[in-house]
Amino acid sequence: MALIEVRNVSKLYHLGGEEIRALDDVSLDIDSGEFISIIGPSGSGKSTLMHILGCLDSPTKGTIKLDDTMIENATAHQLAGIRNRKIGFVFQFFNLLPKLNVLQNVELPMIYSGLPAKQRREHSMEALKLVGLENRSKHRPMQISGGQQQRVAIARALVNNPKIVFADEPTGNLDSHTGEAILELFRKLSTEGRTIALVTHDPEIAAVTPRRIEIRDGKIAKEVDARLAGLDRAGAVIAGGKP
Amino acid sequence: MNLFNAVMVGLKEIWAHKFRSLLTMLGIILGVASLVGMSALVKGMENGMKESLIAIGGLERVRLEENDIPAYQQHLTDQAVGCTMNDVYALEKSAPLIKLITPEMRLRDAMMTKGSKTFSPWVFSGTSPNALEMNQHTVEYGRMFNEIDDEQARNVCVVGTGIRDGLFGAPEQLGYEFNPVGEQVTIKGQPFTIIGMFQRYESEQERKAREYIKEHPPEPGNTNGPSRSKGWGGKRSNNFVFTMKNNTVYIPLNTMWVKFRSTAGSNNIPDARLSSMAVKVADVNSLEQAIQQAHNVLMHTHKGIEDFAFQTQEDWAETIGKAIKNARMSGGIIAAISLLVGGIGIMNIMLASITERIREIGIRKAIGATFLDVFIQILVESVVIAVIGGAAGLLASMGLVNFLQFLSPTENTPVITLNAMAMAFAFSVGIGILAGLFPAFKAAKLDPIQALRYE
Repeated sequence: MALIEVRNVSKLYHLGGEEIRALDDVSLDIDSGEFISIIGPSGSGKSTLMHILGCLDSPTKGTIKLDDTMIENATAHQLAGIRNRKIGFVFQFFNLLPKLNVLQNVELPMIYSGLPAKQRREHSMEALKLVGLENRSKHRPMQISGGQQQRVAIARALVNNPKIVFADEPTGNLDSHTGEAILELFRKLSTEGRTIALVTHDPEIAAVTPRRIEIRDGKIAKEVDARLAGLDRAGAVIAGGKP
Repeated sequence: MNLFNAVMVGLKEIWAHKFRSLLTMLGIILGVASLVGMSALVKGMENGMKESLIAIGGLERVRLEENDIPAYQQHLTDQAVGCTMNDVYALEKSAPLIKLITPEMRLRDAMMTKGSKTFSPWVFSGTSPNALEMNQHTVEYGRMFNEIDDEQARNVCVVGTGIRDGLFGAPEQLGYEFNPVGEQVTIKGQPFTIIGMFQRYESEQERKAREYIKEHPPEPGNTNGPSRSKGWGGKRSNNFVFTMKNNTVYIPLNTMWVKFRSTAGSNNIPDARLSSMAVKVADVNSLEQAIQQAHNVLMHTHKGIEDFAFQTQEDWAETIGKAIKNARMSGGIIAAISLLVGGIGIMNIMLASITERIREIGIRKAIGATFLDVFIQILVESVVIAVIGGAAGLLASMGLVNFLQFLSPTENTPVITLNAMAMAFAFSVGIGILAGLFPAFKAAKLDPIQALRYE
């Protein structure tokens, strides 16, 4: 029983009378607890796939089942609820609210799920502890480093205990050293049983994950599962830096 | 997201842009202040207009006067009896809707003399002691004449301050208040004793003007040339009712009858008719019925000849009502427009604010804010601006009213009513909601993907 079941999903855009197939008949399963990466060059459709999987967008054709819920014909209101409770997002540009402090940023998803203030605080502190930033809770996003901001974003993504976390180029705006630390954090979270999907154009980053799905021109071009092949290159990357 | 959170977020947003929010609020502040100030001015005006209506006895007071006999009864002219004391007794017995009846016998050409000074009162009438209540008089010195004075037709009179000023001198000239009680005067050749004097009646404007002059006496040497009378306009009081009341002399009805009227009829037949009668109805709301009742009673005593008519103050009250309504309308429209402009300011700033925050809205939607969450957040922000602006406007309106009073100290005092404040505040909140609707809708229907990509 997969966590996400994607069946024959297509996404069409119309740009100046020209039809663009951002996604073309994609089928995909993601199991609970998996650590996967979606790779592909820019324009390949990987972001579109992530948006559709993350309930930010709906497909033109095909069906998607997330945690036993069909989402392709859900209303905008229901999608917002699904995003709130079942999905966490980590973005390339962190996307923290600059006027709120770290703690308030992490609390934000729980405000929309209607948790009382005391529980919000407790859960936020737990999530910040998880990413190692519990002593930065009163700082503004602008007062901490990029790597720390991304950790706050990860804490925010995790705070509602989502079924799956999508990370869209999470290291794209960080230097390689901090980037590796963030990837290590994702790996650690994965070993704790969380489902994480990395979206990236960089095969080196994708190499961290056991399962890799390569998207090209809106189609799944190649799928590699290190576990099936018996090759755990991910471990090698973490341990030795370069493969 | 609950409402409390939304309000807190809204307040934070306003605090983050203090100057911009203040400018936006200024529109609402001025709108509310002008709405409340305008209504306070109109209320003051209304009070000033009603003053004289109340001074002559209000709407409850109806005058009963002789009238031309209608055409179809012309042939009965020599049968007509006119208004007499019989009418008074009949009304007292048979018209329960009428509370008070005051007969009046007036003399037009009365001249009062004291030593070398003479004075013509505006009103010289013989009446019953209840004229005091009927015509809203208050005795300041001495007493009103009573039934015994009336019974014995004593030569006593009660005068207004205008009479005292004319015969003995006004306090402004003498430097002290002269009490004329006990003085002897001559009225049309008959000696009379003054047994009482009414208080001074004046409108609020007159009183303020008098106090203003008292506090700011004209500087000596600063006069405009040699002293001169500025003709009728300068001396004339701007309020007829108060001047009339001040220039009144009342004597007992029987004194009037015995000393003046019984010897003055045409063809040497004493004329026992009253000049007029004033009646007070028990309740203004049943004015119509009371008049009808009095009419029925009087048709009996007048042998079915309608030689009388009722004069009410309804026209006057209606005129006041109309003038107030007009003033309120024109002022209200102007103030409402300024409030509306304030609302447009709010909408403008909210639109600018959401354009600035497209990315923030995208983030909020990505992590689970629904259409309604975003809608309420923006709407609450706009309403919070309007509510704070409205509250500040109410404070500002008090300052505005004080300022208006300072500008024209002799005008009627503007009165801030709770009604006007509640209305202006409610209006400002309504404007806030209206102004927030469109920006809130625009923000709430943003597509999260595009909003997240927005730079």
